[in-house]
Amino acid sequence: MAAPMATTIAQFENVGLRYGTGAETLSDVSFSLDGGGFYFLTGPSGAGKTSLLKLLYLALRPSRGLIRLFDEDVVTLPRDRLPGFRRRIGVVFQDFRLVPHLSAFDNIALPLRVAGVEEEELATPVNEMLAWVGLSDRASARPATLSGGEQQRVAIARAVIGRPEILIADEPTGNVDPEMAARLLHLFDALNKLGTTLVVATHDIHLLSRVSAAQMMRLEGGRLSDPTGALRNPPRESQSGRRRKPNA
Amino acid sequence: MKLPFAASPAERRLLTEGRLSGPMPWVIAIMMFLTVLAAAGGLALNHAARNVTGSIAQRITVQIVEANPDLREQQTRAAITALRGLDGVREIVRVPDAEIDALIEPWIGAAGDEEGIPVPTMIDADLTEEAHARLELVEEAVIAAAPSARVDDHAQFLAPLAGLIGSLTWLALALVLLTASALAASVILAVRAALNTHRATIEVLHLMGATDVQIARLFQRRIALDALLGGIVGFLCAIIVLLLLGQRIGAVGSELLGSARLPLTAWFILALLPIVGAVMSTLVARFTVIGVLRKML
Repeated sequence: MAAPMATTIAQFENVGLRYGTGAETLSDVSFSLDGGGFYFLTGPSGAGKTSLLKLLYLALRPSRGLIRLFDEDVVTLPRDRLPGFRRRIGVVFQDFRLVPHLSAFDNIALPLRVAGVEEEELATPVNEMLAWVGLSDRASARPATLSGGEQQRVAIARAVIGRPEILIADEPTGNVDPEMAARLLHLFDALNKLGTTLVVATHDIHLLSRVSAAQMMRLEGGRLSDPTGALRNPPRESQSGRRRKPNA
Repeated sequence: MKLPFAASPAERRLLTEGRLSGPMPWVIAIMMFLTVLAAAGGLALNHAARNVTGSIAQRITVQIVEANPDLREQQTRAAITALRGLDGVREIVRVPDAEIDALIEPWIGAAGDEEGIPVPTMIDADLTEEAHARLELVEEAVIAAAPSARVDDHAQFLAPLAGLIGSLTWLALALVLLTASALAASVILAVRAALNTHRATIEVLHLMGATDVQIARLFQRRIALDALLGGIVGFLCAIIVLLLLGQRIGAVGSELLGSARLPLTAWFILALLPIVGAVMSTLVARFTVIGVLRKML
């Protein structure tokens, strides 16, 4: 029996991104992400991983090409509709971007407050998230007093608490030891099993081997590629985009 | 119920600085001080202008310039009779001779008429607006009855004074508008500085799906508090200065200066200024924040 067709949650078609008048940071990027999938984005530093993620979490608009998110063209989406889309996306930033003068509790509660959840309804989900990332005893601690790993977990809890449909993580293990990296990956895997689509940018080779079902995207020089053919499960290209054959 | 302008306690914690921090409230206090003084000046002058023009601008004085005392008296009575017979003449008062003597005493001494200097008789008449508009008819009727009569229109010699008071009133209004503009400019600068300071937090909030209005609410609330507190301080200082100035003017005893006092409505308008300042600052902050945020994605 054929497996049911997964819903396309994000689609890039011939996307190019240029900062100012410089050369293109991303060129002709085409791929589709299925809802509930787990995707790794790899590539050397400067390959454009963060730029691609920024396009995905709507921090930038592309210079050309088409991006569809949740079945809507977000390139031409009016600015006042962006907040609604952003609330469906969770982001773990490379530098965490925790609000420094807020406690771990308040940082995690931010997306719910932004979404207008009443104060009396906040405590339960935030405390659950704190327990989930193992920081119940650090609820009132400010980011400056947390270790790198603890900050990372607060950032993940903050990205997840709004039950996003896509969770995007930029180098989530870049600042933590291998043990913590394994633990974070376990958290991501658990989220993925709950139905959240994950896109994780990393150049940690060991991380890639830990999630067997994950699909890979490799960026080099701003282009999606798989020159070695070594990547397993590359994501399908968007249907209208031209398919790049890996050099097997 | 949450007002669209109000930020919740949790939202307030998103920005670090506390109330009355930085120079902003004090800048607003100084602006409000100057605004209240300028507005008070304008309102007092406006009141004075109304007093001066309202009470005597439609008044005429008829002088009977006749050397012969008997003839002068006869023509004075005839002029009063003629004035009484006209439509639109509200009140006729013959200026007592003693008052006229007192008026001219500084120039010709106390002897006056006794030394052979003929002193004209004077009749003050208050006209209605319509009668004042056709003053030449009144003048013709009076001269027909008293050929030695000369009719002086108070509005004519009041015109330069009224013009001066009017100009000063406009100047005061211009000063109020200038200080209000300066206040708005200070708010814009303060908001832009605050936006730069909190740029990282704002970006994070945006990426979490916060709307521009949600972010603007954080800033406008703080500016509103700064403006209200600064405004009250500036207002109270200005009121102290005005009261002291009022005492000094009272001590001078000048009727003209005394007419430039503040009526009750003027005090009410002045009391509204800190509130207007706070509302204006809040709106300026809101539109500035939204304007800046619109340039971000």
